[in-house]
Amino acid sequence: MKLIERFEQGKFVITCEVGPPKGIEIEKVIDELEALRSKVDAFNVTDLQSSVMRVGSLATCRLLKDRNLEPICQLTCRDRNRLGLQSDVLSAAVLGIKNLLCLTGDHPKLGDHPEAMPVFDLDSVQLLSAIKALMDGKDMGGNDLEGRPPDFCLGAVVNPGAEPLEPQIMKMEKKVEAGAEFFQTQAVYEVDKFAAFIEKVKHLKVPVMAGIVLLKSPAMARFMNANVAGIYVPDQIINELAGVAKEKRVEKSLEISARLIRELKGLCQGIHIMSLGWERHIPAVLEMAGF
Amino acid sequence: MLFTQNKPIEEVLESLGTEKNIFLLACNGCAEACGTGGEKGLSEMGAELEKAGKKITGTCLVDFLCNKVLVTTRLSREMDKIQQANSIVVLTCGIGVQAVSAVVDKVVHPADNTVSLGGLAGLWPSDERCQACGDCALDYTGGICPVTSCTKGLLNGPCGGAADGKCEIDSEKDCGWIKIYERLEKVGRLENLKKIRTPRDHSKMLPSEQLRKTSFYDIETKT
Ligand code: SF4
Ligand code: SF4
Repeated sequence: MKLIERFEQGKFVITCEVGPPKGIEIEKVIDELEALRSKVDAFNVTDLQSSVMRVGSLATCRLLKDRNLEPICQLTCRDRNRLGLQSDVLSAAVLGIKNLLCLTGDHPKLGDHPEAMPVFDLDSVQLLSAIKALMDGKDMGGNDLEGRPPDFCLGAVVNPGAEPLEPQIMKMEKKVEAGAEFFQTQAVYEVDKFAAFIEKVKHLKVPVMAGIVLLKSPAMARFMNANVAGIYVPDQIINELAGVAKEKRVEKSLEISARLIRELKGLCQGIHIMSLGWERHIPAVLEMAGF
Repeated sequence: MLFTQNKPIEEVLESLGTEKNIFLLACNGCAEACGTGGEKGLSEMGAELEKAGKKITGTCLVDFLCNKVLVTTRLSREMDKIQQANSIVVLTCGIGVQAVSAVVDKVVHPADNTVSLGGLAGLWPSDERCQACGDCALDYTGGICPVTSCTKGLLNGPCGGAADGKCEIDSEKDCGWIKIYERLEKVGRLENLKKIRTPRDHSKMLPSEQLRKTSFYDIETKT
């Protein structure tokens, strides 16, 4: 299923993130997703998230498909040049993957192999254009393909919390021009700011899915505030979480996320949950949010 | 300027192995300015080598070791002492080391590491950097190079990693794309960012066959 079909049906779309393991123990990662089968429309499989070496997105996507779970394959520009990227797009096509999410990717310096060569031969906009061209039967070298890949549903990301915001929006416009059909955002905690962002991009007429990161602790919130670009967890939320006894934290955290989802629901076309190991709590959050 | 740092002495000694007689050569240009070459580099390295039981057959300081004409003339006066040596230890940048190896038939050991300053800085020291990408983008970026000022060399605008105007890899490093954005805003050319820029042609970083046939290229590369 292409994700765009869900948006076209007018559905509020829910996706969540799957991080392949470091090592080959993948069964349990996929088993955990079973509980989400009926609640989530599709699963983003990350591509060496945070520049940490792991099992690849393509293989994991195929394993999800084999279990009838809909994958969204993330492709970053960090590790492969245009030969590798285009080849992986063709591989995705032959493996039956329908959704691709294109990102620049974090710099290797942020991950667990900081000595690695950063590639960035293409950027996210150029990657989208290249996939579009492949869908038209030509590679970037202008060569004809033997058999056109079927039309993928292409997604991209945007950071609504970036300051200044304008260059992000200008890049988002280029991504739409290059073929992006939907957007997932960085984690959102400030609903007003998100509403202002939505107002600024409504001319693009593309579905936007607000990012939700479940807060595991006040320390995690403070860490993100200090270290993650464009994420700001307001003091009020941190205090709310810090104000309850430790054994009530999980419940409180889920309550905060559910409230955010309810508040964001009217502003966007879907949500994208990044649970960072808390997959088991997603059903409860969704239920509390009214899904 | 080419920026150099001294290699750890242990590394230099390891590369010398059992070679006992050493000729010591230093550059008096960039390496002198970096404190890795010049008189200072010569005397420090000489002392270290002697401490390790090596014999210095001679030393020599050359103004610009990257200039092969200069190297040849200057070293011709030292040939005796060079002949007595098993090898030459050179305090200079990678280009200097290559130039010396090209004109002397002796084993050459670099004593410095050439450290990237992120591209060529111009002949007069400056903050700006160029990687000679072969397809200059400065026109649409308001005169700020996206290849060297953006850590990922992106051509279509910032990634999502910039925070407070700084790059995701280092809170001390400016985000090149935020600077480009601010410059274009200031000069009223933000529309430059609307156009999708096509991927770089990396083959342009190689000197073309045509260029390799010019006399200019000859003068620059052959002495
Ligand atoms: S765009 Fe290319 S040629 Fe122009 S300054 Fe940057 S690296 Fe040099
Ligand atoms: S933060 Fe800015 S300079 Fe750093 S990689 Fe991203 S766009 Fe480039």
